[in-house]
Amino acid sequence: MFAFIIRRVFQALIVMLIISLLGFAIKQSVGDPVREITGISVSAEERDALREKLGLNDPFLVQWVRFLDRAVHGDLGNSFYFKRPAFDVILSKAPATLELVFATALLVILFSVPIGIYAAVRPNAWPARFLMGASIVGVSIPVFLTAILLIYIFSVTLGWLPSFGRGELIEIFPGWKSGFFTWDGLAHLVMPSVALTTIMLPLFIRLVRAEMKEALETEYVKFARAKGLRPSRVLLLHAFKNTLLPVITVGGVQLGILIAFTILTETVFQWKGMGSMFIESIERADTSLTVAYMVFVGFIFVVVNTIVDVIYGLVNPMVRVAGGRS
Amino acid sequence: MGQLLAVKDLTVKFALRRSSLTAVNNVSFSLSRGERMGLVGESGAGKSVTGFSLINLISKPGYIDTGSILFEGRELTGLSDEEIRQIRGNRITMIFQDPMMTLNPVLTIGTQMVETLKAHGNISTRKAEAVAIDKLRLVQIPSPEKRLRQYPHEFSGGMRQRIVIAIALLTEPALIIADEPTTALDVTIQAEIMDLLITLCDLSKMGLILITHDLGVVSEVTEKIAVMYAGKIVESGPTRSIISDPSHPYTKGLVKAIPGNIPPGEPLHQIPGMMPTLTDIPAGCSFHPRCEYAGNICTTQIPDLAPVPSRQSNVACHMISGRLAPSDIGSAARRKRQTAIAEELPA
Repeated sequence: MFAFIIRRVFQALIVMLIISLLGFAIKQSVGDPVREITGISVSAEERDALREKLGLNDPFLVQWVRFLDRAVHGDLGNSFYFKRPAFDVILSKAPATLELVFATALLVILFSVPIGIYAAVRPNAWPARFLMGASIVGVSIPVFLTAILLIYIFSVTLGWLPSFGRGELIEIFPGWKSGFFTWDGLAHLVMPSVALTTIMLPLFIRLVRAEMKEALETEYVKFARAKGLRPSRVLLLHAFKNTLLPVITVGGVQLGILIAFTILTETVFQWKGMGSMFIESIERADTSLTVAYMVFVGFIFVVVNTIVDVIYGLVNPMVRVAGGRS
Repeated sequence: MGQLLAVKDLTVKFALRRSSLTAVNNVSFSLSRGERMGLVGESGAGKSVTGFSLINLISKPGYIDTGSILFEGRELTGLSDEEIRQIRGNRITMIFQDPMMTLNPVLTIGTQMVETLKAHGNISTRKAEAVAIDKLRLVQIPSPEKRLRQYPHEFSGGMRQRIVIAIALLTEPALIIADEPTTALDVTIQAEIMDLLITLCDLSKMGLILITHDLGVVSEVTEKIAVMYAGKIVESGPTRSIISDPSHPYTKGLVKAIPGNIPPGEPLHQIPGMMPTLTDIPAGCSFHPRCEYAGNICTTQIPDLAPVPSRQSNVACHMISGRLAPSDIGSAARRKRQTAIAEELPA
């Protein structure tokens, strides 16, 4: 198991290197730092001197290594707009996005598992058919449309839920303001997380259902029945534990995607998270922040996937052995 | 020896949209305590369905249509799901065909053994593990205490089947239904596993229903045989007399097809044709299209399973001597020729 984890971490490092290379290449080709730093009044000689001083005349790879060195120490450059380190800007926005993603993931797990299992066990019952049909509709409607519909119904027409912002926040530890601990904060969380859930939930219901159906057909489930186990144990342990493997795999990837693509939802609900920050950074041509966001999200993506792989190894005994042998 | 199991007129059907298919048709047999019976036939003959139907484990849309299953003096048909669950895996246990598929890959052997005992009685995990270790030792798994914590993929095929047998033994059942228990194993291990199974059956006076297409295995381990064809028993009786002197043309074909009965170098015997599918069972005797003795009556009238004079077996065939007037046998030669021609074509 230890060797397995080491291997995964090593692979994650390689992926991070590639992401940083891409990010750095974008930064290099878009915009000139010297022009952004200096004003119009600075002469060409002074510019060249500054260029030399900042090391911008060095070969690409040398600059990249310097970029890497700084990135490892938490320095992803300065945001031109905020006049602050880009990393700090991202960190100040991250809690909003992570809370939104957390609430969404919770909703997805809470609903997809029971619904998926039900639909696998009773594929022909009308509720299962209805849910399968509805899931197609859910996955087909783009999230901004769902979001606007939700706002129209619950904010404009019924006036039940606030339509934008995060509401009342409490600082749970330095730099992390949470909306989880006030009713107002939770009320603000409802619609954004539901909107985001509608695109993820159908996929997971279908995944759980398909995997569960397959597991129910296996010999070991039949043997579990032949052993006279209670139906609930056959279903929830013997069949479900085997469906967990693919669900965890897909879940990990989707979690990364979720973090990276809250952009639309955040924009519609004016949710001040990383997604809306990213869009704004592009609009303001704040290249440093855009690239910093890219690298940061890539980092989260890689971390989440590595954790998922390790969890996968814990659930699937065969992965552990394979890792141990190599 | 008291009666353990009496199956009478068991009919199992599979529901379709409008109609239904009959997979097991009026099957009757009985078993005494500690007795071993072979249920023999080609794939699709209905032998597995018969076995599974005893503990109500037929996969949907299958259902028991009519008949009675009397086990230890208790009628099993019509029991509630919960009542049959308490018998299944407890008084009647099963051994499946492929040990690579039978054990759950993500649960330890210990979990899969302990849960069986817990499903059938109030027993502490510690005690259940003690029983499990005991049974693993019985099936000759070395260092069972350690093995209990391992996963199925850490065992070889033969060892996995031993574990499956150990699971079947956990609750000290009165009857084990073994569905092709050695088919998926290496030939060298087949004999080992079979010997083990038989020794253990003898040890605790367990009845065994051995479902197989391997007449060789059946002849070595069972006391009686029921030969199934297209959902029906076509011949049943003591193993020795059926193997040495079969009466039904189908059984004759099967016995002839045992490789050991043919001199080395000679082509193996085959029964021409295929078993009919359930949707397409011929009228009359369902074996008649493949039968070299078939006469006119065979195409129209279903033969009853009846005792054969001067033998101990029951046979369902019109052509057994003494049952038929000679005039009925007229066209046997013609039929035989037709069958032969039909069989040549696809080959």
